Amino acid sequence: MVNFKLNGLEVAVEKGTTLLEAARFYGIEIPTLCYDAGLSPYGACRLCLVEVGEPGKSRLVTSCTYPAREGLQVRTHSQWVVNTRKLIIELYLATCPSSKTIQDLASRYHVTGVRFRQKHEDCILCGLCIRYCSEQMQAKAIGFINRGEKRRISTPFERKAEECRFCGGCMYICPACQARCQGPEEKEAVCNACLNLSPPCLDRFNDAMCYLDPCVACEQGRKE
Amino acid sequence: MAKVAEELKNGQKETAGQNNVSLVALLQEVQERYNYLPEDVLRELAREKNLSLMEMYSVATFYKSFSLQPRGKHKVATCSGTACHVRGSEKVTEELSRVLGIKPGETSQDGAYSLETVNCLGACALAPLVVVDGEYHGNMTAARAAALIKEHLKKSRGLSAAELEQDVEKKAWEGCSCAILLAGNDKK
Ligand code: SF4
Ligand code: SF4
Ligand code: SF4
Ligand code: FES
Ligand code: FES
Repeated sequence: MVNFKLNGLEVAVEKGTTLLEAARFYGIEIPTLCYDAGLSPYGACRLCLVEVGEPGKSRLVTSCTYPAREGLQVRTHSQWVVNTRKLIIELYLATCPSSKTIQDLASRYHVTGVRFRQKHEDCILCGLCIRYCSEQMQAKAIGFINRGEKRRISTPFERKAEECRFCGGCMYICPACQARCQGPEEKEAVCNACLNLSPPCLDRFNDAMCYLDPCVACEQGRKE
Repeated sequence: MAKVAEELKNGQKETAGQNNVSLVALLQEVQERYNYLPEDVLRELAREKNLSLMEMYSVATFYKSFSLQPRGKHKVATCSGTACHVRGSEKVTEELSRVLGIKPGETSQDGAYSLETVNCLGACALAPLVVVDGEYHGNMTAARAAALIKEHLKKSRGLSAAELEQDVEKKAWEGCSCAILLAGNDKK
Protein backbone atom coordinates (compact mmCIF):
# COMPACT_ATOMS: atom_id res chain seq x y z
CA MET A 1 0.00 0.00 0.00
CA VAL A 2 1.01 3.56 -0.63
CA ASN A 3 0.17 6.20 1.97
CA PHE A 4 -0.25 9.79 0.93
CA LYS A 5 -2.22 12.92 1.73
CA LEU A 6 -5.27 13.73 -0.35
CA ASN A 7 -6.60 17.20 0.44
CA GLY A 8 -5.04 16.88 3.88
CA LEU A 9 -6.57 13.48 4.50
CA GLU A 10 -4.35 10.46 5.16
CA VAL A 11 -5.26 7.88 2.54
CA ALA A 12 -3.88 4.55 1.39
CA VAL A 13 -4.15 2.97 -2.05
CA GLU A 14 -2.58 0.02 -3.76
CA LYS A 15 0.75 0.52 -5.49
CA GLY A 16 0.35 1.63 -9.07
CA THR A 17 -2.95 3.43 -8.49
CA THR A 18 -3.07 6.78 -10.24
CA LEU A 19 -4.03 9.93 -8.36
CA LEU A 20 -7.21 10.13 -10.41
CA GLU A 21 -8.28 6.61 -9.49
CA ALA A 22 -7.40 7.27 -5.86
CA ALA A 23 -9.36 10.52 -5.74
CA ARG A 24 -12.38 8.91 -7.38
CA PHE A 25 -12.16 5.99 -4.99
CA TYR A 26 -12.32 8.42 -2.08
CA GLY A 27 -15.28 10.19 -3.66
CA ILE A 28 -13.55 13.33 -4.85
CA GLU A 29 -14.60 14.54 -8.23
CA ILE A 30 -11.99 15.38 -10.82
CA PRO A 31 -13.19 16.23 -14.32
CA THR A 32 -11.69 14.42 -17.31
CA LEU A 33 -12.09 14.48 -21.06
CA CYS A 34 -9.53 12.02 -22.35
CA TYR A 35 -9.80 9.39 -19.62
CA ASP A 36 -11.86 6.23 -19.71
CA ALA A 37 -11.63 3.52 -17.10
CA GLY A 38 -11.48 0.85 -19.79
CA LEU A 39 -8.66 2.42 -21.76
CA SER A 40 -5.05 3.27 -21.07
CA PRO A 41 -4.50 6.79 -19.70
CA TYR A 42 -3.29 9.31 -22.22
CA GLY A 43 -2.73 12.65 -20.48
CA ALA A 44 -3.88 14.77 -23.38
CA CYS A 45 -6.75 16.94 -22.18
CA ARG A 46 -5.03 18.32 -19.03
CA LEU A 47 -8.39 18.70 -17.34
CA CYS A 48 -7.59 16.28 -14.55
CA LEU A 49 -4.81 18.50 -13.16
CA VAL A 50 -4.07 18.34 -9.45
CA GLU A 51 -1.50 20.11 -7.34
CA VAL A 52 1.20 17.93 -5.83
CA GLY A 53 4.00 18.68 -3.40
CA GLU A 54 4.57 20.96 -0.43
CA PRO A 55 2.87 24.35 -0.67
CA GLY A 56 5.39 26.72 -2.21
CA LYS A 57 7.17 23.97 -4.06
CA SER A 58 4.10 22.42 -5.59
CA ARG A 59 3.32 21.84 -9.24
CA LEU A 60 0.41 20.80 -11.41
CA VAL A 61 0.36 17.27 -12.80
CA THR A 62 -2.21 15.26 -14.72
CA SER A 63 -3.75 12.95 -12.16
CA CYS A 64 -4.77 10.35 -14.75
CA THR A 65 -1.14 9.53 -15.50
CA TYR A 66 0.47 10.26 -12.12
CA PRO A 67 0.89 7.26 -9.84
CA ALA A 68 0.36 7.76 -6.11
CA ARG A 69 3.65 7.95 -4.22
CA GLU A 70 4.44 7.47 -0.56
CA GLY A 71 4.14 10.70 1.42
CA LEU A 72 2.89 12.78 -1.51
CA GLN A 73 0.73 15.81 -0.79
CA VAL A 74 -2.09 16.13 -3.26
CA ARG A 75 -4.64 18.92 -3.54
CA THR A 76 -7.47 18.46 -5.96
CA HIS A 77 -9.35 21.71 -5.36
CA SER A 78 -6.81 24.42 -4.65
CA GLN A 79 -7.27 27.87 -6.17
CA TRP A 80 -4.51 27.16 -8.61
CA VAL A 81 -6.07 23.89 -9.71
CA VAL A 82 -9.60 25.22 -9.98
CA ASN A 83 -8.58 28.33 -11.88
CA THR A 84 -6.39 26.39 -14.29
CA ARG A 85 -9.16 23.88 -14.81
CA LYS A 86 -11.55 26.68 -15.67
CA LEU A 87 -9.06 28.13 -18.10
CA ILE A 88 -8.72 24.77 -19.81
CA ILE A 89 -12.48 24.42 -20.08
CA GLU A 90 -12.57 27.90 -21.56
CA LEU A 91 -10.03 26.83 -24.16
CA TYR A 92 -12.11 23.80 -25.03
CA LEU A 93 -15.17 26.01 -25.36
CA ALA A 94 -13.25 28.19 -27.75
CA THR A 95 -12.33 25.15 -29.80
CA CYS A 96 -15.39 22.99 -29.82
CA PRO A 97 -18.54 24.66 -28.43
CA SER A 98 -20.93 22.20 -30.06
CA SER A 99 -19.98 19.42 -27.67
CA LYS A 100 -22.51 18.84 -24.94
CA THR A 101 -19.84 17.24 -22.80
CA ILE A 102 -17.82 20.44 -22.90
CA GLN A 103 -20.86 22.67 -22.36
CA ASP A 104 -21.78 20.60 -19.32
CA LEU A 105 -18.28 20.99 -17.97
CA ALA A 106 -18.54 24.74 -18.47
CA SER A 107 -21.75 24.92 -16.48
CA ARG A 108 -20.53 22.62 -13.80
CA TYR A 109 -17.32 24.54 -13.28
CA HIS A 110 -18.86 27.94 -13.72
CA VAL A 111 -17.16 29.03 -16.88
CA THR A 112 -19.40 31.75 -18.23
CA GLY A 113 -17.40 33.43 -20.95
CA VAL A 114 -14.74 32.80 -23.54
CA ARG A 115 -11.91 35.22 -24.02
CA PHE A 116 -10.28 33.41 -26.92
CA ARG A 117 -10.91 33.53 -30.64
CA GLN A 118 -13.90 31.34 -31.33
CA LYS A 119 -13.49 28.26 -33.48
CA HIS A 120 -15.87 25.47 -34.33
CA GLU A 121 -13.83 22.31 -34.53
CA ASP A 122 -15.45 18.93 -34.33
CA CYS A 123 -12.54 17.14 -32.66
CA ILE A 124 -10.49 17.98 -29.58
CA LEU A 125 -7.80 15.38 -30.34
CA CYS A 126 -8.43 13.55 -27.09
CA GLY A 127 -7.55 10.24 -28.73
CA LEU A 128 -10.36 8.33 -27.01
CA CYS A 129 -11.69 6.96 -30.29
CA ILE A 130 -8.25 5.73 -31.34
CA ARG A 131 -7.64 3.99 -28.05
CA TYR A 132 -11.11 2.50 -28.10
CA CYS A 133 -10.57 1.14 -31.57
CA SER A 134 -7.18 -0.33 -30.85
CA GLU A 135 -7.58 -1.48 -27.25
CA GLN A 136 -11.18 -2.63 -27.15
CA MET A 137 -11.76 -3.63 -30.76
CA GLN A 138 -8.20 -4.65 -31.64
CA ALA A 139 -8.92 -3.01 -34.97
CA LYS A 140 -6.62 0.01 -35.27
CA ALA A 141 -8.81 1.32 -38.04
CA ILE A 142 -8.37 4.97 -37.11
CA GLY A 143 -5.49 7.04 -35.86
CA PHE A 144 -3.84 10.44 -35.83
CA ILE A 145 -2.23 11.68 -39.00
CA ASN A 146 0.05 14.65 -39.66
CA ARG A 147 1.58 16.81 -36.97
CA GLY A 148 1.12 20.09 -35.17
CA GLU A 149 -1.87 22.11 -36.25
CA LYS A 150 -2.55 19.73 -39.13
CA ARG A 151 -3.00 16.80 -36.76
CA ARG A 152 -6.33 15.07 -37.08
CA ILE A 153 -8.10 11.73 -36.98
CA SER A 154 -8.14 9.66 -40.11
CA THR A 155 -7.94 6.18 -41.59
CA PRO A 156 -4.99 4.55 -43.39
CA PHE A 157 -4.42 6.46 -46.64
CA GLU A 158 -7.60 8.37 -45.84
CA ARG A 159 -9.73 5.69 -47.39
CA LYS A 160 -12.36 3.46 -45.90
CA ALA A 161 -10.52 1.25 -43.42
CA GLU A 162 -10.69 -2.46 -44.09
CA GLU A 163 -9.96 -3.04 -40.42
CA CYS A 164 -13.10 -1.30 -39.15
CA ARG A 165 -15.64 -3.59 -37.53
CA PHE A 166 -18.47 -1.09 -37.56
CA CYS A 167 -18.91 -1.32 -33.82
CA GLY A 168 -19.64 2.40 -33.50
CA GLY A 169 -17.51 2.54 -30.38
CA CYS A 170 -15.45 5.44 -31.64
CA MET A 171 -18.55 7.58 -31.95
CA TYR A 172 -20.01 6.36 -28.70
CA ILE A 173 -16.93 7.39 -26.75
CA CYS A 174 -16.27 10.72 -28.49
CA PRO A 175 -16.91 13.74 -26.27
CA ALA A 176 -17.34 15.92 -29.32
CA CYS A 177 -19.40 14.07 -31.89
CA GLN A 178 -21.67 11.86 -29.85
CA ALA A 179 -23.41 14.46 -27.73
CA ARG A 180 -24.08 17.52 -29.83
CA CYS A 181 -25.21 20.40 -27.72
CA GLN A 182 -28.24 22.22 -29.08
CA GLY A 183 -27.67 25.13 -26.75
CA PRO A 184 -25.23 27.74 -27.91
CA GLU A 185 -25.86 30.17 -30.69
CA GLU A 186 -23.37 30.41 -33.50
CA LYS A 187 -21.82 33.52 -31.97
CA GLU A 188 -22.16 32.71 -28.29
CA ALA A 189 -19.76 29.99 -27.31
CA VAL A 190 -21.18 29.32 -23.88
CA CYS A 191 -24.58 27.94 -23.20
CA ASN A 192 -24.63 27.71 -19.39
CA ALA A 193 -28.19 26.50 -19.47
CA CYS A 194 -27.25 23.95 -16.86
CA LEU A 195 -25.27 26.40 -14.78
CA ASN A 196 -24.16 25.22 -11.39
CA LEU A 197 -21.93 27.18 -9.12
CA SER A 198 -18.28 27.04 -8.33
CA PRO A 199 -17.75 26.94 -4.57
CA PRO A 200 -17.74 30.51 -3.23
CA CYS A 201 -15.46 29.45 -0.40
CA LEU A 202 -12.68 29.53 -2.97
CA ASP A 203 -12.96 33.30 -3.06
CA ARG A 204 -11.68 33.44 0.47
CA PHE A 205 -9.67 30.31 1.06
CA ASN A 206 -6.93 28.60 -0.84
CA ASP A 207 -8.76 25.26 -0.75
CA ALA A 208 -12.34 24.16 -1.02
CA MET A 209 -13.71 23.80 2.49
CA CYS A 210 -15.60 20.62 1.75
CA TYR A 211 -16.23 18.38 -1.22
CA LEU A 212 -20.00 18.46 -1.41
CA ASP A 213 -21.33 17.88 -4.86
CA PRO A 214 -23.17 19.94 -5.89
CA CYS A 215 -21.91 22.70 -3.68
CA VAL A 216 -24.69 23.71 -1.28
CA ALA A 217 -23.94 27.38 -1.72
CA CYS A 218 -25.48 27.03 -5.14
CA GLU A 219 -28.77 28.66 -4.09
CA GLN A 220 -27.50 31.97 -2.77
CA GLY A 221 -24.40 31.87 -4.81
CA ARG A 222 -22.28 34.21 -6.75
CA LYS A 223 -24.81 34.94 -9.37
CA GLU A 224 -26.21 38.02 -7.69
CA MET B 1 5.46 -8.02 -53.72
CA ALA B 2 5.68 -10.65 -51.00
CA LYS B 3 9.36 -10.61 -51.68
CA VAL B 4 9.61 -7.04 -50.56
CA ALA B 5 8.72 -7.92 -47.03
CA GLU B 6 10.97 -10.95 -47.18
CA GLU B 7 13.96 -8.97 -48.38
CA LEU B 8 13.35 -6.11 -46.04
CA LYS B 9 13.11 -8.54 -43.20
CA ASN B 10 16.64 -9.65 -43.91
CA GLY B 11 17.88 -6.12 -43.69
CA GLN B 12 16.05 -5.75 -40.42
CA LYS B 13 17.74 -8.44 -38.41
CA GLU B 14 18.66 -6.34 -35.42
CA THR B 15 15.35 -4.57 -35.07
CA ALA B 16 12.94 -7.27 -36.16
CA GLY B 17 11.86 -8.66 -32.84
CA GLN B 18 8.47 -9.89 -34.08
CA ASN B 19 6.05 -7.27 -32.84
CA ASN B 20 8.88 -5.09 -31.78
CA VAL B 21 9.87 -3.86 -35.22
CA SER B 22 11.10 -0.33 -35.28
CA LEU B 23 8.58 1.28 -37.55
CA VAL B 24 10.73 4.29 -38.34
CA ALA B 25 13.69 2.14 -39.33
CA LEU B 26 11.46 -0.03 -41.47
CA LEU B 27 9.90 2.92 -43.26
CA GLN B 28 13.32 4.45 -43.77
CA GLU B 29 14.39 1.27 -45.46
CA VAL B 30 11.38 1.26 -47.75
CA GLN B 31 11.95 4.88 -48.61
CA GLU B 32 15.61 4.30 -49.34
CA ARG B 33 14.72 1.58 -51.77
CA TYR B 34 11.78 3.20 -53.57
CA ASN B 35 12.61 6.84 -52.96
CA TYR B 36 9.20 7.20 -51.35
CA LEU B 37 6.64 5.08 -49.49
CA PRO B 38 4.47 3.35 -52.08
CA GLU B 39 1.04 2.48 -50.77
CA ASP B 40 1.02 -1.09 -52.06
CA VAL B 41 4.38 -1.83 -50.46
CA LEU B 42 3.15 -0.52 -47.10
CA ARG B 43 -0.01 -2.58 -47.37
CA GLU B 44 1.98 -5.66 -48.23
CA LEU B 45 4.40 -5.05 -45.36
CA ALA B 46 1.56 -4.58 -42.91
CA ARG B 47 0.07 -7.90 -43.95
CA GLU B 48 3.36 -9.81 -44.00
CA LYS B 49 4.68 -8.50 -40.73
CA ASN B 50 1.38 -8.23 -38.96
CA LEU B 51 1.78 -4.50 -38.39
CA SER B 52 -0.95 -1.93 -38.18
CA LEU B 53 -1.36 -0.03 -41.41
CA MET B 54 -2.81 2.85 -39.45
CA GLU B 55 0.28 3.13 -37.31
CA MET B 56 2.45 3.07 -40.40
CA TYR B 57 0.40 5.81 -41.97
CA SER B 58 0.49 7.87 -38.76
CA VAL B 59 4.26 7.70 -38.60
CA ALA B 60 4.63 8.29 -42.34
CA THR B 61 2.56 11.47 -42.17
CA PHE B 62 4.15 12.64 -38.93
CA TYR B 63 7.74 12.96 -40.17
CA LYS B 64 8.58 15.35 -42.92
CA SER B 65 11.38 13.14 -44.13
CA PHE B 66 8.90 10.49 -45.25
CA SER B 67 7.11 11.01 -48.51
CA LEU B 68 4.04 9.21 -49.77
CA GLN B 69 4.52 10.68 -53.22
CA PRO B 70 7.35 9.65 -55.56
CA ARG B 71 10.32 11.93 -55.14
CA GLY B 72 12.94 12.99 -57.63
CA LYS B 73 16.18 11.10 -58.07
CA HIS B 74 18.03 14.20 -56.94
CA LYS B 75 16.75 15.90 -53.86
CA VAL B 76 17.25 19.59 -53.48
CA ALA B 77 16.28 21.15 -50.17
CA THR B 78 16.53 24.65 -48.82
CA CYS B 79 16.43 25.30 -45.13
CA SER B 80 13.60 27.53 -43.99
CA GLY B 81 14.52 27.44 -40.32
CA THR B 82 14.67 30.67 -38.37
CA ALA B 83 18.34 31.46 -38.97
CA CYS B 84 18.17 30.63 -42.66
CA HIS B 85 14.92 32.52 -43.07
CA VAL B 86 16.40 35.61 -41.49
CA ARG B 87 19.35 35.41 -43.84
CA GLY B 88 17.22 35.23 -46.93
CA SER B 89 16.44 31.59 -47.58
CA GLU B 90 13.15 32.60 -49.14
CA LYS B 91 14.92 34.26 -52.06
CA VAL B 92 17.11 31.18 -52.45
CA THR B 93 14.07 28.91 -52.56
CA GLU B 94 12.38 31.15 -55.11
CA GLU B 95 15.43 31.12 -57.32
CA LEU B 96 15.84 27.35 -57.12
CA SER B 97 12.18 26.99 -57.86
CA ARG B 98 12.64 29.11 -60.97
CA VAL B 99 15.72 27.25 -62.18
CA LEU B 100 14.25 23.81 -61.61
CA GLY B 101 10.81 24.80 -62.82
CA ILE B 102 9.05 23.25 -59.84
CA LYS B 103 7.56 24.59 -56.66
CA PRO B 104 8.73 23.44 -53.21
CA GLY B 105 7.17 20.06 -52.51
CA GLU B 106 7.02 19.16 -56.18
CA THR B 107 8.97 16.76 -58.37
CA SER B 108 10.01 17.54 -61.93
CA GLN B 109 8.05 15.75 -64.60
CA ASP B 110 10.94 13.53 -65.63
CA GLY B 111 11.31 12.44 -62.00
CA ALA B 112 14.86 13.72 -61.84
CA TYR B 113 14.59 16.54 -59.31
CA SER B 114 12.46 17.35 -56.34
CA LEU B 115 12.57 20.53 -54.35
CA GLU B 116 11.54 20.91 -50.75
CA THR B 117 12.00 23.17 -47.80
CA VAL B 118 13.07 21.72 -44.49
CA ASN B 119 13.26 23.14 -41.01
CA CYS B 120 16.53 23.87 -39.27
CA LEU B 121 19.30 21.51 -40.33
CA GLY B 122 21.36 22.29 -37.27
CA ALA B 123 24.03 24.22 -39.15
CA CYS B 124 22.69 27.72 -38.60
CA ALA B 125 26.17 29.26 -38.63
CA LEU B 126 26.25 28.48 -42.34
CA ALA B 127 22.81 29.95 -43.00
CA PRO B 128 21.22 29.99 -45.47
CA LEU B 129 21.66 26.36 -46.36
CA VAL B 130 20.96 24.33 -49.48
CA VAL B 131 21.25 20.55 -49.50
CA VAL B 132 21.72 18.75 -52.78
CA ASP B 133 21.60 14.98 -52.57
CA GLY B 134 22.68 15.04 -48.97
CA GLU B 135 25.53 17.46 -49.52
CA TYR B 136 25.38 20.69 -47.54
CA HIS B 137 26.15 24.04 -49.14
CA GLY B 138 26.33 26.98 -46.76
CA ASN B 139 26.23 30.77 -47.09
CA MET B 140 23.95 30.63 -50.08
CA THR B 141 22.63 33.53 -52.05
CA ALA B 142 20.06 33.26 -54.81
CA ALA B 143 22.83 33.61 -57.39
CA ARG B 144 25.16 31.10 -55.80
CA ALA B 145 22.39 28.56 -55.34
CA ALA B 146 21.34 29.00 -58.96
CA ALA B 147 24.91 28.45 -60.14
CA LEU B 148 25.18 25.35 -57.99
CA ILE B 149 22.02 23.80 -59.38
CA LYS B 150 22.81 24.80 -62.94
CA GLU B 151 26.13 23.02 -62.64
CA HIS B 152 24.28 19.97 -61.36
CA LEU B 153 21.69 20.20 -64.12
CA LYS B 154 24.34 20.49 -66.78
CA LYS B 155 26.01 17.33 -65.57
CA SER B 156 22.89 15.27 -65.03
CA ARG B 157 21.11 16.37 -68.22
CA GLY B 158 24.17 16.71 -70.40
CA LEU B 159 23.23 20.20 -71.53
CA SER B 160 25.46 23.07 -72.53
CA ALA B 161 25.20 26.34 -70.64
CA ALA B 162 23.21 27.95 -73.45
CA GLU B 163 20.78 25.05 -73.76
CA LEU B 164 20.27 25.15 -70.03
CA GLU B 165 19.44 28.85 -70.05
CA GLN B 166 16.89 28.23 -72.76
CA ASP B 167 15.44 25.37 -70.78
CA VAL B 168 15.06 27.46 -67.65
CA GLU B 169 13.56 30.31 -69.62
CA LYS B 170 11.03 27.95 -71.19
CA LYS B 171 10.11 26.39 -67.84
CA ALA B 172 9.52 29.77 -66.33
CA TRP B 173 6.74 30.35 -68.83
CA GLU B 174 5.15 26.97 -68.43
CA GLY B 175 1.76 27.04 -66.78
CA CYS B 176 1.51 30.74 -67.46
CA SER B 177 -1.50 31.52 -69.58
CA CYS B 178 0.56 33.45 -72.10
CA ALA B 179 2.40 30.19 -72.80
CA ILE B 180 -0.10 29.92 -75.65
CA LEU B 181 1.59 32.89 -77.21
CA LEU B 182 4.97 31.27 -76.80
CA ALA B 183 3.87 27.94 -78.23
CA GLY B 184 4.81 29.12 -81.71
CA ASN B 185 8.36 29.85 -80.63
CA ASP B 186 8.69 26.42 -79.12
CA LYS B 187 8.29 24.62 -82.39
CA LYS B 188 11.52 25.65 -83.98
S1 SF4 C 1 -16.48 1.58 -35.62
FE1 SF4 C 1 -14.60 0.95 -36.65
S2 SF4 C 1 -13.22 2.68 -36.36
FE2 SF4 C 1 -14.84 2.89 -34.84
S3 SF4 C 1 -14.07 1.88 -32.99
FE3 SF4 C 1 -15.30 0.37 -34.13
S4 SF4 C 1 -13.77 -0.70 -35.36
FE4 SF4 C 1 -12.80 1.21 -34.70
S1 SF4 D 1 -12.93 12.27 -32.76
FE1 SF4 D 1 -13.77 12.51 -30.70
S2 SF4 D 1 -12.89 10.85 -29.49
FE2 SF4 D 1 -11.67 11.03 -31.35
S3 SF4 D 1 -9.99 12.38 -30.75
FE3 SF4 D 1 -11.58 13.68 -31.65
S4 SF4 D 1 -12.78 14.36 -29.90
FE4 SF4 D 1 -11.57 12.61 -29.19
S1 SF4 E 1 -20.47 23.85 0.31
FE1 SF4 E 1 -19.35 25.59 1.14
S2 SF4 E 1 -17.39 24.75 1.81
FE2 SF4 E 1 -18.32 23.23 0.42
S3 SF4 E 1 -17.49 23.73 -1.54
FE3 SF4 E 1 -19.43 24.83 -1.42
S4 SF4 E 1 -18.84 26.87 -0.56
FE4 SF4 E 1 -17.08 25.51 -0.27
S1 FES F 1 -7.96 12.94 -18.13
FE1 FES F 1 -5.96 13.34 -17.47
S2 FES F 1 -5.20 14.53 -19.09
FE2 FES F 1 -7.18 14.03 -19.83
S1 FES G 1 17.90 27.51 -39.62
FE1 FES G 1 18.79 26.63 -41.40
S2 FES G 1 20.29 25.38 -40.48
FE2 FES G 1 19.32 26.19 -38.72
